[in-house]
Amino acid sequence: MDFLRPASWEEALAAKAEHPTAVPIAGGTDVMVEINFDHRRPDVLLDLNRIGELQEWEVGEETVRLGASVPYTRIIERLRGELPGLALAGHTVGSPQIRNRGSVGGNLGAASPAGDSHPALLAAGAEVEAVSVRGTRMIPVEEFYTGVKRNCLEADELIRAVHIKKADGPQQFSKVGTRNAMVIAVCAFGLALHPETRTVKTGIGSAAPTPIRARAAEEFLNAALEEAGLWDNGRIIPPSVARQFAELVSGAANPIDDVRGSAAYRRHALGVMARRTLGWTWDEYRGNERSARCA
Amino acid sequence: MAQSTSSVITLNVNGEKRTLPVDHRTTLLDALRERLDLTGTKKGCDQGQCGACTVLIDGRRAVSCLQLAVAAEGREITTIEGLADGDQLHPVQQAFLDLDGFQCGYCTPGQICSALAVIEEHAAGWPSAATTDVRPEAGVPPLTADEIRERMSGNLCRCGAYVSIVQAVARAAGVETAQAAPALPQQGRTEEGTAA
Repeated sequence: MDFLRPASWEEALAAKAEHPTAVPIAGGTDVMVEINFDHRRPDVLLDLNRIGELQEWEVGEETVRLGASVPYTRIIERLRGELPGLALAGHTVGSPQIRNRGSVGGNLGAASPAGDSHPALLAAGAEVEAVSVRGTRMIPVEEFYTGVKRNCLEADELIRAVHIKKADGPQQFSKVGTRNAMVIAVCAFGLALHPETRTVKTGIGSAAPTPIRARAAEEFLNAALEEAGLWDNGRIIPPSVARQFAELVSGAANPIDDVRGSAAYRRHALGVMARRTLGWTWDEYRGNERSARCA
Repeated sequence: MAQSTSSVITLNVNGEKRTLPVDHRTTLLDALRERLDLTGTKKGCDQGQCGACTVLIDGRRAVSCLQLAVAAEGREITTIEGLADGDQLHPVQQAFLDLDGFQCGYCTPGQICSALAVIEEHAAGWPSAATTDVRPEAGVPPLTADEIRERMSGNLCRCGAYVSIVQAVARAAGVETAQAAPALPQQGRTEEGTAA
């Protein structure tokens, strides 16, 4: 196994162009498990840890440009105001040791449907900045995932950063697992209120071949909130609307039975998480003093 | 093109520079234990789940099983062997001894390295998942038992010495043990004297 340690981003892009099969490694929390257990034998590893700019972020007017290797710890500590949903999701990634190393770029590169950051990215709205020696393209995160552990990156492309919309309203993340730490999600749900556009966006994790948005549920809720004037009058969401929203979220999932849970359980849990996160975020939107809590 | 499968690297471990050839696949954990004779760091699961191999890399806790040795070059690595000052144990080590924060001891080096980081992270104002209000303006709550448990959640103890581990971390952090004492339910008894 060859080991490449480019000292700059340009060098990394050149190396990826020259070795298209090279596996990029940053925190190593995913790739290393596969190597230690001989599930994967990359002929070349491309270590991105010496590239400082991948660990940096810029807070712009409307988005945060989050370097691909910024560890979850940094996001939780420094960006929880701008990216509350992602910070809440970050709290549930692995363990403190893993959060010191793991990053959103790694989650996207691995493209596991169970990756914790995906529901938060989908709900907030995000674009992946994919770069190669040929140039840069921005990929809406919805289009980034193409299958179980597959993404739409070309062989010579690397993830430079993720551009995530800054929160314009309350966001929540909820995840079901057997314990709090060190679990792969049985299923997960992210929800973001966008009062500026009067829309609600969602993200479902671990309950379909790829992370997905529950679009029918979003459209139903957007129409229901509009019709009842709830964005303006700040009243509570009628329970029947919340229930219908939850059912549509359940219906959007396409889960499987596996060792972590049955498809039926996943659908049920998603509905519960959808209803709860909607309640929490709406309470916060209405100005209640309820704190931003994780499920 | 012939690929290189090994490199000669220099690791900075506990303030000492050690030069060694390694196969690229070697994890930092294996390099420490098998090559540098620093067997204090333990291998539990080799997949980042148990925390037994926790060391400090540039002052941050990380599991050394998910770190390639070759990628650790140039970083400052601190293992359990590097904590004591001669015969003077580190306060966290002393607290684990004084409060029996272990049984078989296998997970202890990882627990102690992790605990060191917990105390520093909390002092630096990092929130945890047990921090109920994570809004930036909310500040960070005191290091309660719940906070310690959450912050130590990346370290498993199969003997189940958690109660004493929490107390040891609290003592090392200078938190009143009463405040950090786990809120265990009173079994079969309540203040009214009736069965719960």
